[in-house]
Amino acid sequence: MPEYTAKIKGISARLLKEEKVEIVIGFRKGTIPMMNEPCFVKTPEDVKELVWDSNCGINLANYLTNRKEKIGIIAKGCDSRNIVTHIIENKIKREQLFIIGVPCKGMVDKNKITSMFENEINEVSEVEENIIVKGEGFEKTLNKNDVLQENCKICIHRNPVLYDELAADLLDEQKNIDRYEDVRKIEAMATEDKWKYFKDLLSPCIRCYACRNACPLCYCPTCFVDESRPQWVGKSLDTTDTRTFHFLRAYHCAGRCTDCGACERACPMGIKVRTFTKKLEKDCLELYGWEAGLSLDERPPLDTYRPDDPEGFIK
Amino acid sequence: MENWEPRIVCFLCNWCSYGAADLAGVSRMQYPPNVRVIRIPCTGRMSPKFVLAAFMKGADGVWVSGCHPGDCHYLEGNYYARRKFALFKNLIEYMGIEPGRLHFSWISSAESTKFASVVKEVSSAVKALGPRNHFIKTMPKVG
Repeated sequence: MPEYTAKIKGISARLLKEEKVEIVIGFRKGTIPMMNEPCFVKTPEDVKELVWDSNCGINLANYLTNRKEKIGIIAKGCDSRNIVTHIIENKIKREQLFIIGVPCKGMVDKNKITSMFENEINEVSEVEENIIVKGEGFEKTLNKNDVLQENCKICIHRNPVLYDELAADLLDEQKNIDRYEDVRKIEAMATEDKWKYFKDLLSPCIRCYACRNACPLCYCPTCFVDESRPQWVGKSLDTTDTRTFHFLRAYHCAGRCTDCGACERACPMGIKVRTFTKKLEKDCLELYGWEAGLSLDERPPLDTYRPDDPEGFIK
Repeated sequence: MENWEPRIVCFLCNWCSYGAADLAGVSRMQYPPNVRVIRIPCTGRMSPKFVLAAFMKGADGVWVSGCHPGDCHYLEGNYYARRKFALFKNLIEYMGIEPGRLHFSWISSAESTKFASVVKEVSSAVKALGPRNHFIKTMPKVG
């Protein structure tokens, strides 16, 4: 990964020096291990802060909404797809952006790694495919493929779809991936079992809305959870309200979600919130042949129609 | 339980299904009294929030009806609605609501017989499922 970092720094410094962009949005080391944080670099001197490794899971497209200046942005596969979605939805203009594409080899799941050790982890570094975890009285080397985020394991768009310059050579995409195994498993359940499955899934939810805030698709000026007249979703921890929140959050992402995993990564309770959005993603693919964020020229599925759309469920 | 009657909230498009209900009424057609009609300007106005709110407040079933594809007063409102409904219905069933609770139909303003028969169909489907026991918002008990 050091070669990625060096290239990103080089491109960013050049862009800022030539005044092609006013800021570069990228990642810097966080204050605790495995928590790289987004950073806005404004001068060529500050590019030294930028890093790239397997802890850059946050979706940077989230920071583009309604910005007015010229922006350089570092984009892995999913980020670039969300940038496309942002452009389609008029949240940013293509001309404002200089996209530094990063072919992505997957991000690690910090919860998975943390749960493997009893003591606190003080340092995490990586060499090629190995993740070296150090803490009080232990040091262990993990294989990166064993600790990847769930969505990265089944990712089929690792290369950025839209970019102005690449920070590394394009990768071979993963082939023969079954993206919807877990969704099909739930679909096959009896109604009552489905109800119980989601009851258990959502029981730890504390309604912090971190999943919403981390999501680049959630930019409404007033979110439905904050609406009070009428109040669609109660503020309490009532299970009905919690389920309504998750239902509507997912539904708002229908045909837009790129399965970047930002929501799941942000969840402090480790809830697999992608379970909802993946169902919609699967339906959009099966019913309308749609995958979000792949092209600037196609309208998203809920913004268009075909006269012969499936309607077997309508009397 | 034998005497239990379902309460079904139905959202009818102003330009067609609502007219069909009207025509069924003036034609003195008989149909089950289980539906509570809410008039909407177009099925394109339908939001999933409406359905969830109806369920949350205790409706046993929800039924949405609009113009046939191609006949929309606003030309294409029901085409967009159709896509929204497909995803919505799949998602709500995926989450554990019985398939027979949520119904959709296209009924033109001349099809009063279809209106009456769909009311019968929807009522009996919901009645067969019995009272809904999930996804009802209960107020906390005080005192």
